Order: sequence, then C-alpha cells, then structure tokens
Amino acid sequence: MGSLPDIFSTLVQGLKVTLLVLVLSIICSTIIALVAGLSRVSTNRLVTGVTGFYVEIFRGTSLIVQLFWFSYALPGLFNIHLGSDIWVAVLAISLNYGAYMSEIVRGSIQAVPAGQTEASIALNLSKFQRMRHIIIPQAIRMMLPEYGNYLIQILKATSLVSLIGLTDLLYYGNIYRSTHLSDSPTVYLLLLVMYFVIALPLIAFTKKMESMSKKGVALG
Amino acid sequence: MNWSWTVFFETIPLIAKGLWITVGLTLACYLFAAVCGFFWVFMSRIPSKIVRSIFGWIAEFIRSTPPLVQLFFIFYAWPVIPVVGVSLNPFVAAILGLGIHFSTYMSEVYRSGIESVDKGQWEASTALNLSTRQKWTKIILPQAIPPTIPMLGNYLIIMFKEVPLASTIGVVAMLHIANDYGSQYYKFVEPLTVVALFFLLLSYPSAILISKLEKKYNRKFDKKAVTS
Repeated sequence: MGSLPDIFSTLVQGLKVTLLVLVLSIICSTIIALVAGLSRVSTNRLVTGVTGFYVEIFRGTSLIVQLFWFSYALPGLFNIHLGSDIWVAVLAISLNYGAYMSEIVRGSIQAVPAGQTEASIALNLSKFQRMRHIIIPQAIRMMLPEYGNYLIQILKATSLVSLIGLTDLLYYGNIYRSTHLSDSPTVYLLLLVMYFVIALPLIAFTKKMESMSKKGVALG
Repeated sequence: MNWSWTVFFETIPLIAKGLWITVGLTLACYLFAAVCGFFWVFMSRIPSKIVRSIFGWIAEFIRSTPPLVQLFFIFYAWPVIPVVGVSLNPFVAAILGLGIHFSTYMSEVYRSGIESVDKGQWEASTALNLSTRQKWTKIILPQAIPPTIPMLGNYLIIMFKEVPLASTIGVVAMLHIANDYGSQYYKFVEPLTVVALFFLLLSYPSAILISKLEKKYNRKFDKKAVTS
C-alpha cells in the first residue's frame, strides 16, 4: 500500500508534460481557429473552399484517430518525423480543436447584426476598418464563453497523449497502477482531482466570460 | 511514400466489422447518457440549496475531467474497491464511463430546453390545477424537448467520435482492429486511414442532416416565440 503523498509525488512527474501540451495546444489552436474562422467568412471562393475542407475533415473524424494517424501513419507515409512526440500531440490536438473553434469564430462574426455592417459602410469605413473596429470587437465578446468551454475540452484531450507514449499525468498514473494494483482507486481519483484543479481556472474564466459576453454587443 | 492500395482494400472489410460495434456502442452510450441526464436535471431542481450545489459540483467535476481517466477508473479501479467493487466487462465499462460523462452534457441541454418554456405556461398549469406530474408530462416536457432535438443530435455525433476511447480498455471496435493490424504487419497508414474515412463517412452526412433539422426547428419555434 502506497501512501497518498507517495502516489502524488509519482503523478506530479507528469504534470509538466500535461501543462506543456495544454499551453502549446491552446496557443496553436487559437491561431488556427482565428485564421480558419476569418478565412471562412472571406469572399474568395478558393479560400473558403480550402478551409471548409480542412474544417470538415478534422471535425468529421475522431481526435483519437487523428492522434494515432499523426503518430503512426504520418511517419510511415511521407517519412515525416516531427521530432519529439510532444509536437505530434500538439499538432493533432491543435488541428482538431482549431477546426472546432474556427466554427465559433465564423459563427460569431456572422452573428454580428447586419445593421452594424450597413452602418459602417454608411460611415465610409474601409473593409479593414469595418472588421477591425466594428465587427471583431463585438464578435470576440460572443466567442469568449464558447472559447472557454473549448479550453476545458483541450485539457481533457491532453489525457489522450499518454496513448502515444508521452509521459503525462495519466501515463504515470498507469505506471503506478501496474505495480500497485490495490491502490488504483486512489491513483485515478487523485488524477481526476488533479485534472479538475487544472480545470478550475478555465471554468472560472468561462463563467466570467458568460457574464461579460452580453456587454457592448449590439442587439437585434 | 509507402501507400499500398492492396492493403487499403484488404483492411476495409476487416474494419467494417468493427464499424457496427462502434455504432452499437455509440447508441448504447447515448441511450444511457440520455436517461442519466434527467437525473442531473432532477437533482438541480431539488429545493434544498446545499443538495443542489453539491450535485452541481459533482456534475461540473465529471464534465471537466478527462473521460479517458474516468474510463480507466471504472475499468481498473472499480473492481478493486472493497464491498461495492465488481469486475466489469469492457463494453459495460465503456457504456457506464462514457454514458456518465456525457449525461452531464445532456442535462445542460435538457435544462436549456426547460428554461426556454415560457413562464406563462408554468403559471397556466398551476392555475389549471394540474398535478406536478401532469404539469411535466403534458405541458413542460412536450414543449421543452423538441427544440433541443438538433442539440441532442449533435451530441450523438460527438459521442460517436469519443467512442474509440473504449479501444483503450479492450473493446474491439474499429480503432482497435486497425491498431492490431498495424502492429501485426507493421502497416499503420492504410488501416488508420480507413478508420478515419469511416468516421468521416458517417459523421459528415449526419452533421449536415442535423444542421438541416436545426434550421427547420428554428423556423418552427421562433415563430411560436414571437406570437406568444
């Protein structure tokens, strides 16, 4: 029987990888989401077509399948090695959640009332000014609560990286369980609590954004 | 580039066998989650504030921790727990684990549906002296559930894509077959691509169907909202 501090000190070794994957994935997926989301509201048919294809492919298949595909199939197929496994994980998670989040970007830009666009045309603002000063500031507020939800989803998705051999929290949990079978309830409960503690700031962020999202947005 | 069409076509029938297991498991998990979802709704309507917030936090806890860890907890840790612990077969564990995880999402959908029912409907059913049971079954739920159907459909697609997690506890569905084939012949590219294609083949048309449904319901219920 291992004691609680004992188990904790084993699991904590994986914290670094989990947090690293989480932070890198959040950064990359946000960038992908903004680029893809803005491309989908573009007037260029080619741009919307290509991003639409990307979004549907990555939303249509499962993240875990993509993760395996990037880690086993990609090196075999094109002889591409992305260096460390961390980048494989970050790439798969970011492309997947970038696709999902681009839909929020697109949705909230389209949800800004048409009157706002008409007013900015009437005020003789350029297309760029219209986006920069009128549409985006309102759209961002609408995006944020959903964005917060997706950050929690990304956190949950980071647990998958143990399946391709990254040494994250769950990996150390599984290692510990394989040698201390009778401790497995404690191990997994502790893991769940650790994930929940990491999620708490993200939950608080989402809740705050939900109350903020209504402010400064034109209605109707 | 190591792509072989022979391997590709050879793995299609193999993985197609797993497709039905994936689909069946998805439906079973979904049914379980749909029923369990009502439990959370029920708990969130209990008059005691303490009970409400306790169950609120439990739901939040389940919702924001990884389903994979929950699955491992149910499959590996549950049997070890004294007195209540029983060994579960991978299928049951997957249905329980994913079902409970997604029930917390389903309850949010139900709740949004219930909250969207006009206040006048509640007052009217009280005024008409309907019992609590009648109020729910005849007035509230028939109006609360239909507008949420597109959302419920979306969760079905989301669950379909989460079900491959079950391969980690030994459910032999599409992903498991592909990985087995891969490690046996050291050919991962084709089987994994076939799995991805199958997912796309099923989830993309369903997503289109759902968005059509959504438009239809939006039209139907917005009208109602304006006139009421």
